[in-house]
Amino acid sequence: MNDAAITARIQAVFPDVQPATTPNAQPRLCVPAATLPALARFLLDQPDLAFTSLMDLTGYDLAKYPSTPPSDAIRVVYLLHSLCHLHKLALWVDAPRASPVVPSVAGIWPAAIYFEREVFDLLGVRFDGHPSLHRILCPDDWIGHPLRKDYVYPAEYLGVAHLREGQHFESGPVRG
Amino acid sequence: MAEPIRPGNALDEQIHLTAVDEFLAWGKEHSLFYLLFATACCGIELMQAGGPRYDVDRLGMIPRATPRQADLMIVAGTITHKMASRVRTLWEQMSEPRWVVSMGSCANSGGPFSKWSYSVLNGVDKYIPVDVYIPGCPPRPEALIDGVMALRERVRRYRTSGERDATPYLVAGGDCAFGGHPGKDDGSGGEPKR
Ligand code: SF4
Repeated sequence: MNDAAITARIQAVFPDVQPATTPNAQPRLCVPAATLPALARFLLDQPDLAFTSLMDLTGYDLAKYPSTPPSDAIRVVYLLHSLCHLHKLALWVDAPRASPVVPSVAGIWPAAIYFEREVFDLLGVRFDGHPSLHRILCPDDWIGHPLRKDYVYPAEYLGVAHLREGQHFESGPVRG
Repeated sequence: MAEPIRPGNALDEQIHLTAVDEFLAWGKEHSLFYLLFATACCGIELMQAGGPRYDVDRLGMIPRATPRQADLMIVAGTITHKMASRVRTLWEQMSEPRWVVSMGSCANSGGPFSKWSYSVLNGVDKYIPVDVYIPGCPPRPEALIDGVMALRERVRRYRTSGERDATPYLVAGGDCAFGGHPGKDDGSGGEPKR
């Protein structure tokens, strides 16, 4: 199926899924968080879609992002691939920055278990229904979520100063 | 016809007299086993130093897979705060006397990540004592071998006289594009200590 046909096929069943306008040729579908579990199951189970592979699940903070209109959300991105039909699809799920919660797709694509832990670690998105949502890259006692635009840099970790004498961070404010 | 050259068979040409300590020091100097430990791109250069072109095996440097068999730890690559405690554990598992070479700007001072990263440790010397610093991003294998030759001299001196140099050796001529040389902190102005 081509991109337009995939979009039409999905919209026939999930009318609240809208294609985003992007400069890229490949369409991104904006999905409301509540629709995601049903949509994910649908994408995997329909034989003519058969998105068997979750290639990537990542996210980014839209604060300070040059988007129109300005948004106050964290965007979770799902990149899907069908190994039998060789077509691809990208999904966007926006979650409010204040308390971002997105349903987990770990039960549908087990690859999401690690990906969702990473997005939780770096952006603080909680994935409802994830089997064990804890940090994966940062140490367990790390404070904050580093890829958030309002992240406050640590001054030290385990008593070891973060900077050498005379250095200063060029990327943001420092805690403590 | 001239006499062919043969090894002499006089007794004094076959027997070399030395002190046991000197002999052991000679052996130690020529068998610096290093821990196979690389965390980032500098590790590629470390592998290159072990490959056929540079071949540090000829200096008696054999990579060991466990710290318990290693004399030398070459910290090749970026050390994050999370990794730092593991580095410390590996170092503690090595038997005395243990030696540490900090290879590359990252291990020296945080390198390209020193001012922009939340997670990178700015210099492995905050966790373990370092004997030789090698600047560069990454250092060439020649620089690594230069550092190792300096370290071998220290190993021999330590083995014969029991003295261990407190000041680290800094390999000169690295293209240290990022961050400062750690040598700046000790009042040497970053000059190499030859
Ligand atoms: S010093 Fe450069 S080459 Fe070495 S680990 Fe750091 S970034 Fe990589």
